[in-house]
Amino acid sequence: MSGYTREVARRVFAQEFRESNLSFKDGEDQYAPQYLLTPTGAKVNRIFIVGTLIEKEDIGTDSEYWRGRVTDPTGSFLIYAGQYQPEAAQALAECETPAFVAVVGKPSTYTTGEGDVLTSVRPESLYIVDGQTRDLWVQETAKCTLDRIRAFGDASANTERAKEYYNPDVRYYSSMVAQALKSLKETY
Amino acid sequence: MKQLAQEISSRFHELGVEIPVGEIEGRLDKMIHKYKVPKEEARRSVVNYFLKSYNINRGEFYTGQSESPTLTISHIAEDGKWVNVRGKVVQLWDNAHESISQVGLIGDETGTIKFTIWETAAASIVEEGKSYVFRNVVVNEWNGKFQLNVNKSSSIESFDEDIEVGIIAVEFRGAMVDIQSGSGLIKRCPQCNRALTKGACMEHGKVDGVYDLRIKAVMDDGISIQDAIIKRDLVEEVTGMTLENAIALAADALDQGVVLEQMKKLLVGRYYRISGSRVERYLLAESIIPVFSLDQSEVDELIASAEVI
Repeated sequence: MSGYTREVARRVFAQEFRESNLSFKDGEDQYAPQYLLTPTGAKVNRIFIVGTLIEKEDIGTDSEYWRGRVTDPTGSFLIYAGQYQPEAAQALAECETPAFVAVVGKPSTYTTGEGDVLTSVRPESLYIVDGQTRDLWVQETAKCTLDRIRAFGDASANTERAKEYYNPDVRYYSSMVAQALKSLKETY
Repeated sequence: MKQLAQEISSRFHELGVEIPVGEIEGRLDKMIHKYKVPKEEARRSVVNYFLKSYNINRGEFYTGQSESPTLTISHIAEDGKWVNVRGKVVQLWDNAHESISQVGLIGDETGTIKFTIWETAAASIVEEGKSYVFRNVVVNEWNGKFQLNVNKSSSIESFDEDIEVGIIAVEFRGAMVDIQSGSGLIKRCPQCNRALTKGACMEHGKVDGVYDLRIKAVMDDGISIQDAIIKRDLVEEVTGMTLENAIALAADALDQGVVLEQMKKLLVGRYYRISGSRVERYLLAESIIPVFSLDQSEVDELIASAEVI
């Protein structure tokens, strides 16, 4: 019995996150945590993102409901914050775009009428950071993703499940990582 | 089993009671082989049986027993073992329960370990920074970690010698993903230094608290989590906010919470390298350094390894 332990915030690039659509619960219990499994086998209950907030809009009707778009070198994350995410919603309301932001949040999935699964992030917190932090995140996320790809040959519950469900081309993801890293070396 | 019976018999012999080894062995045999009782339980039960039939006090049987070994803290690794420990009380913590007298951390050259002094031990109060011998304390394993229980058969003696406490140094590099409540501008009890909750100390009730700054941070590197406690001097260094600034800020807003908000804005989402010593689940920070620049050679290495997959 180890009791409650906080979930690690996983590092996943936007492209891989967008291509994830397998969500499940660990156990039958009502309060069992919800996870999103990504194609390289990250089992995500919490995610940490640092990127550029390029758009934000209050799409709520009665109360404020903020949608923001945060980009990384591979694509963009959609984040939604309403009354149940007061800290993040307020931060979104107050900030300017574009801005570098750090988001800690929970993955969430939505199935459209056509049966497509859309992934987004429900932020627990959102803070303004600097470009350096964003670059550090890209490097760290690259490393975490590569570690997952390298471990893909090992038999673990997550990789087995990811293999069976997504049957991913690992080269596709390793070249995504390489591209993201190379973007760090470009000077403007 | 013969040996076990011999042990029990000789212990009773020391107390002046002669019990034939055969009789002890017979009982043990029945318990262990016929009724599948674990060895230690069988031993306990057999001993209890004879204690009762010869009307001997349990305490007499056990306490007089060959003294608990004195162990260095790093050697404490067995649940249920009775030991003596020589060390310095490094820290005392808030304790939550009336049946507990004191909770804290004792350290020697080899490391530190948590101890709990129960009220029933009726032991004298220990102080931070002083050295003590904890005699006859029992090791208890909880969540994979060992701790010491000072109970009514234990004793505590102080001695005059400063012990150099070995620290388990750790370093953690990662993003600060959260700052927990109980951080920011806090008040401490002037008598026992515990953090106050709603202006009251658990031990001393309503007191005029003394202001302090601290941060309980959650660090996360994408693989694991590390809780870290950052004390006032480091908080001031990393936030650039002094205790005086913080007090003024709170006074302006009529709200202590603004300090925590401000600290979150400054720190959460950024990368730090924290080093210090590990105590329970916390890393007590001795230094916290923001990670500023990207290591270009690491980026190159990562690109190279991404391209060979």
